[in-house]
Amino acid sequence: MAATPLLELNGIDKSFGPVQVLHDVGLSVYPGEVTALVGDNGAGKSTLVKCVSGIYTIDSGTITFDGNPVAIHSPRDASALGIEVVYQDLALCDNLDIVQNMFLGREKKRGIVLDEPTMEQMAGDTLASLSVRTVKSLRQLVASLSGGQRQTVAIAKAVLWNSRVVILDEPTAALGVAQTAQVLELVRRLADNGLGVVLISHNMNDVFAVSDRIAALYLGRMAAQVKATEVTHSQIVELITAGRSGNLGLPPEKPSDFNGDVVDITPGGDQ
Amino acid sequence: MSTTTTTTAGGVQVVKPTVASHLYDYWGRVRGGDLGSLPAVLGLVILSLIFGVARDTFFSSLNFANMFSQGAQYVFIAMGLVFVLLLGEIDLSAGFASGVCGAVMAIMLTTHGWPWYAAIPAAMVTGIVIGFVLGFLVAKFGIPSFVVTLAAFLAFQGILLYLLGGGKNISITDTFVLKLANGNLSAALSWALTIVAVVGYALIQLNRVRSRAARGLVTDPIGIVGLRIGGLAVVLLIATAILTQERSINPVLTSVKGIPIVVPIIAFFLVIWTFVLGRTTYGRHVYAVGGNTEAARRAGIPVDRIRISVFVICSFMASIGGILAVSRANSVDPNTGGSNILLYSVGAAVIGGTSLFGGKGKAINAVIGGAVITVIDNGMGLMGYSAGTKYIVTGLILLVAASVDALARRRAAATGNR
Repeated sequence: MAATPLLELNGIDKSFGPVQVLHDVGLSVYPGEVTALVGDNGAGKSTLVKCVSGIYTIDSGTITFDGNPVAIHSPRDASALGIEVVYQDLALCDNLDIVQNMFLGREKKRGIVLDEPTMEQMAGDTLASLSVRTVKSLRQLVASLSGGQRQTVAIAKAVLWNSRVVILDEPTAALGVAQTAQVLELVRRLADNGLGVVLISHNMNDVFAVSDRIAALYLGRMAAQVKATEVTHSQIVELITAGRSGNLGLPPEKPSDFNGDVVDITPGGDQ
Repeated sequence: MSTTTTTTAGGVQVVKPTVASHLYDYWGRVRGGDLGSLPAVLGLVILSLIFGVARDTFFSSLNFANMFSQGAQYVFIAMGLVFVLLLGEIDLSAGFASGVCGAVMAIMLTTHGWPWYAAIPAAMVTGIVIGFVLGFLVAKFGIPSFVVTLAAFLAFQGILLYLLGGGKNISITDTFVLKLANGNLSAALSWALTIVAVVGYALIQLNRVRSRAARGLVTDPIGIVGLRIGGLAVVLLIATAILTQERSINPVLTSVKGIPIVVPIIAFFLVIWTFVLGRTTYGRHVYAVGGNTEAARRAGIPVDRIRISVFVICSFMASIGGILAVSRANSVDPNTGGSNILLYSVGAAVIGGTSLFGGKGKAINAVIGGAVITVIDNGMGLMGYSAGTKYIVTGLILLVAASVDALARRRAAATGNR
């Protein structure tokens, strides 16, 4: 296992006006591992992802990438570092084909002309590296693809750019059983290829099926970040719903509730 | 028929198309709601046959040549509208924008005595400025384009009246400008142009096949490529043969033959905009914004700038339409670019296969749709129908085209082919 995290967040605060959405959040993403980010609705998962991807700027805290502190002010900064996000609604254009979608916004050119053969070849190579062999043609319109295939294209689009960290927002939410299995297999393969993968999911089966670490957010705070093998299903559910489970998780809110147990509130507190 | 599979681009298995499977796939797309220009082409053939049977003069070379300058204004405005429609927007002011631009050119030529090479750019710049203002209001203020351009429609009508000093008619005498819509190429130049067009098209098609094959990518079957080149060659050669006939009513006095000058102008813009939409990053981004604005924004595409730019292109093309309209009429009056011009132009784009819902359309749609509109207008005129009947029929055909678009879209959604 890699000892140093590829992406490390420390003490991230984010407010929208008077509402503080993230309190002192920390998160570590290791290369070659899937880190699941779980939490109830409104826990701040999406906000955290948008902070990392540069859509929101953080109020305070540090982001360390590959050991160096970095500032991410825009999606371009995040892309330049190699951080890619696959959004829940995929952000694909139905009226464009697979290759056109994968290169959208970053088209390869020869002079002023689009270099279609190069793009098609790169797209094909990327899909092949993910062991995707289910498309009829790379020139198929995305509109004609199934949900699982679209998810695959969206993920392939994210890894096309030699990205180091891929963040997947609920990749299986809208998929059937077989397609979910396909996508989870793909997620695992990304990590096996050495990428740092962050998987946001509500589905505990999915989380335990592929993740190495689980980070649970509770009301804008990082309740715990633990190894998947060291916790049970129900512990994670408690972390999501109550913010703590046994000696894991956030400290009790009132000092009088504090029963003297050793409380581990640091992110990556499994060490 | 055996289907051979081939491994392409890093090992993804794809089916290697044959001529039959290519045609079958095309038919499948049509059935799935991706009609393209097919209904317009069929309509064009059927309408031409009807008018041709009803009136001998319809197929005369004089009438054939006439239709090009008759339809040019619709085609130019429709080409610009294709860009706006690709984003799911509309420009209702394009008709009067073309009138204003035409008036600017006429005033520069006459009142200010500018030469044509200064007056024409002045009209084009006017179009660009108009488009920028419209696009800015739509993109930055978020006013629906329908409202912005409806307001502009009224305002430009007023500006046109104002420019013409309250409704006077300005005649132009500049021979270059008059030739644009009324002149013809010499027969030799006509043939040369046709041959250049066919050879150029063939080279582009074959070069694409060659460069894709060299990379081991799937190519269109060579039979299909041959069919495309052959088809274009046949159509262009027949048209040139007709147009290089003597078509003067009294050949002893004046000889009239050759391709009308508007044809190469239309061809020029068709090639330019087809290239821009199909082969450049900008064109790709226009389609992306039209297909899924949010996806385009996340991909880092400057959505607002794209939105402004399509209005600039639309009004620029309207200015070209205006210049041609003034050239054809030899004058500009308060109705230049008014009455049915805008609706005919929108009709041309939609009939040609550009979707009103955005994301689907090509420059060629404007030409094919413009041809349909012109044939209706011209044919019904020859048959002696009143303007009233012509408007009703054109309105109905536009309605049919819009219904085909809407139904095809529903069909496409149902077959997962949207």
